[in-house]
Amino acid sequence: MLEYFWLIPLIPLVGVTINGLFASRFIRNENVTGIIASGCMLLAFLIGAGAFVQLAGLPVAERNVQIELYDWLDAGVAHMHDNEAGVTTARFRVSFGFQFDELSALMVLVVTGVGFLIHVYAIGYMKHDPPDPGYYRFFTYMNLFAAFMLILVLGSSYAMMFIGWEGVGLCSYLLIGYYYQKKSAGDAAKKAFVVNRIGDAGFLLGLFAIFFTFGTLDYDGVFAGAAHYSAGAGVLTFITMMLLVGAVGKSAQIPLFVWLPDAMEGPTPVSALIHAATMVTAGVYMIVRSNVLFSLAPTTMMVVAAIGALTALFAASIAMVQNDIKRVLAYSTVSQLGYMILACGVGAYAVGIFHLMTHAFFKALLFMAAGSVMHALHGELDMWKMGNLRKTMPITHKTFLVGTLAIVGVPGLAGFFSKDEILWNAWAGTHGSAWLWAVGTLVAGMTAFYMTRMLLLTFYGNSRMDEHTEQHVHESPPVMTYPLIVLAILSVIGGYVGIPANLQLGPLAALHERIDITRWLEPVTSGTRAQEAPGTGDEEHTAAVAAAPLQIVGAIGEPVTVVLQEERSEQAGHQDHTAMEWTLMLISTAVALAGIGLAYRVYAGGGVADEPFKRFAAPYRVLWNKYWVDEAYDAVFVNRIKDLGRGLWVLDDALVDGTVNGIANATLQAANASVEFDTRVIDGSVDGGAGVFWSGSRVLRALQSGYVQNYALIISVGVFVLVSAYLFF
Amino acid sequence: MDALGLNHYLLLSALLFGIGVIGVLIRRNAIMVLMCLELIFNAANINLVAVSRFRPDLAGQIFTIFTITVAAAEVVIGLGLVIAMFRNALTVNVDEIHLLKG
Amino acid sequence: MELIAFYIISAVVVLGAILMVSSRNMVHAVVYMVVSFIAVGALFILLQAEFVAAVQILVYAGGIVVLFLFVVMLVNLGDVHRVEYLHKQWLPASVMMLVLTAEIGFLLWGDAAALPAAPERTDAVLRAVDHGNTETIGQMLYTDYLLPFEIASLLLLVAMIGGIYLAKKRV
Repeated sequence: MLEYFWLIPLIPLVGVTINGLFASRFIRNENVTGIIASGCMLLAFLIGAGAFVQLAGLPVAERNVQIELYDWLDAGVAHMHDNEAGVTTARFRVSFGFQFDELSALMVLVVTGVGFLIHVYAIGYMKHDPPDPGYYRFFTYMNLFAAFMLILVLGSSYAMMFIGWEGVGLCSYLLIGYYYQKKSAGDAAKKAFVVNRIGDAGFLLGLFAIFFTFGTLDYDGVFAGAAHYSAGAGVLTFITMMLLVGAVGKSAQIPLFVWLPDAMEGPTPVSALIHAATMVTAGVYMIVRSNVLFSLAPTTMMVVAAIGALTALFAASIAMVQNDIKRVLAYSTVSQLGYMILACGVGAYAVGIFHLMTHAFFKALLFMAAGSVMHALHGELDMWKMGNLRKTMPITHKTFLVGTLAIVGVPGLAGFFSKDEILWNAWAGTHGSAWLWAVGTLVAGMTAFYMTRMLLLTFYGNSRMDEHTEQHVHESPPVMTYPLIVLAILSVIGGYVGIPANLQLGPLAALHERIDITRWLEPVTSGTRAQEAPGTGDEEHTAAVAAAPLQIVGAIGEPVTVVLQEERSEQAGHQDHTAMEWTLMLISTAVALAGIGLAYRVYAGGGVADEPFKRFAAPYRVLWNKYWVDEAYDAVFVNRIKDLGRGLWVLDDALVDGTVNGIANATLQAANASVEFDTRVIDGSVDGGAGVFWSGSRVLRALQSGYVQNYALIISVGVFVLVSAYLFF
Repeated sequence: MDALGLNHYLLLSALLFGIGVIGVLIRRNAIMVLMCLELIFNAANINLVAVSRFRPDLAGQIFTIFTITVAAAEVVIGLGLVIAMFRNALTVNVDEIHLLKG
Repeated sequence: MELIAFYIISAVVVLGAILMVSSRNMVHAVVYMVVSFIAVGALFILLQAEFVAAVQILVYAGGIVVLFLFVVMLVNLGDVHRVEYLHKQWLPASVMMLVLTAEIGFLLWGDAAALPAAPERTDAVLRAVDHGNTETIGQMLYTDYLLPFEIASLLLLVAMIGGIYLAKKRV
């Protein structure tokens, strides 16, 4: 299997081809389309799982399989400024290559596994009566989404990552705007696209800076080159900051998180796909993948951790008061992503990936269960119009309950382990601090509160549905509930791959000996392999780098910092370590239980509205309006741009058109006057001149004429001006 | 200029290109516009073949073959569009079609 | 000798092109275009590119021109002498493009010394084998440029389908 891992991203593309080209014309069967799409995901998952097992069988040093399918870009030699060593040359060469190592393998399993379940669920969810003509389109986009995400995680260079990066952006646009007849869906799609674009611009700048600095975009070459820099080098700080901008856009962090809550305008499986398996995890993956660079930029790490913690707090507080079931989940996703970014920011990359994985399980579960509720209630989203659904929808209720307990962090379930690891690292990690831990713990309490609130309002208490809806409430078909059950099981057992140190007792210790996600990811996250790997960049470039005297200092400095880190974690280890970890774990669990208890007290009755909150009217309003972030962005950016556009239009209308018309008239009159005075002398020339101006002005006035030849003329004028400028200056 | 040099060919190509662009800009008939586009293609081909002769590198001639292929495809689609346009608007004059007017 | 041939051929090319652009009658324009294209083919022979010359004659003078003639007759517009055949912007456009062409010509002429002189038979330089132009091109086309070649065939297929679809009734 391992040698065929490059097929993984291509298989969903086969599904795209079949469904995209033939489904609506020739297949014309919704079930076949859904089975093809899901089957492609399943096949990709099986290959991924096979490759994963084989990879695990290899010795640690060899767990990095690479393949170059073909030379994609080869743009010749560029001159680089390299590490104060002077100007060197490097060849801009990008191969269409894939890489399968521990991190990619894990991500592939998450993307294809959870993606497959979402596809299966979508077969049932998207089936309507009368049939939706966009059914085929939907599955085509879903497969395309998965394919781009797989390219993103499997690529062996930043250029490959960028392909996937842009691809998932495009697919999110297509899928969020799936109901394109609805204005809100179209707007949400555009918003997602534009906000992502801001992040992408930063990412792209980061790529430029990477190539400029290291002379290659291949992971191996970049990370090997990074070893020659000492920690805190300015250029690395710049690169990581730019990469962070990209991650902030893709993973919906402050200040670019605004697109994610709107992304629920798409069908629910899309929300599940975006929020759980693909897209938003891309930013986290990218930071973890670039951990060598980030670890060398302590300033960026501080910013990363701060952004993560703030986003977690900010989004969780908003989620506490929202009434829209999907909106609560959306803000919950933003908040959980904040956790992951926080984990990366304190240097616990493996833990970030751990939480990414468990979060994929329970967030997909929660979204799909919410979709199941919507499905039963004819698209109702307001939690205040639900209630007491546990009798009529038993499977959805039970799985939703498991998901809630998992995300809240009830001991024994997936979320407990990963969240606890994050909090522990926020306290004791390389860049950790008590503040980050405190914020994280507070967020844990808030998460417990809003999730319990949602659970109680939806499934317990009295029914607040109108009669018509109530009569039609039904459990979803098996094709939708089985994925929920599978995900519920995963949400329970998913956490046992990363057992915290203080719980390694008895059978858990034995399990830890066999399976541990942190140890599995160690070669990637510690950056050790990157430094052993030979540079794959241009030979000359590598030679030039090796010859530079400053790099010897860097090369010595690097092992020292590694040793320091190890010492620190050694010191922190064992006795103090265990006691402290127990304390923190108990505190965070207590906080979570308190959140549950508070929500239970307020909402257990069912019928009570948010009354107790109304006492705190001002903060409530702030949260209810989501801190007015959207409005602020509208006022500061969007409307200003609109004003600019309007201003330009007025300018064009009044000034340009006016001038042109004026010139035309003046010239005409001048011409007429000339004709009257000197009819015989300069008749021809003046007529000609006036004619040129007149027709010229007509052309100018007709800038937006819609006549294709006018546009062609304008292009030629541009060429003319450029050539003339070249000739005369 | 006694011997036949690359600049002769480049000049001819520039001249042909200029004529082609003028044609594209001033003729109203869409078919005529397409024909003038062919002139521009030919100017580019002359450039490619001439440079391939003088560099010397046969890749230029290979490129010319591809250019001719693309030109053929372009003519097919362009003329198809002209026919569709004639059928819908009953005219082939480019300056009577302005659906893109802003 | 070569120089004289070049001047004669290029005169035909340019004259054909000018007549084509300025003729009112579409059929005449197509005929002028054929003349110009055949002359370009002759230029290719002068440049020792026999195969491209053959392709030029076959595809342009053979295929494309016939296609143009068909469409000209298909959308027959009756009396062409009555209607205005030039776009309103003809004067400024022509003047500007003529100046632009003159500028480009000036630039090229000024740089003439920097351009390489004609080497001996190009194929022999490229490949030690003493094959003909066609054989060498064929070899390159089916080895180094196989993928672009296949893509070009795909492009033609797509164009064919697109052409049929566009020219069908009711679009």
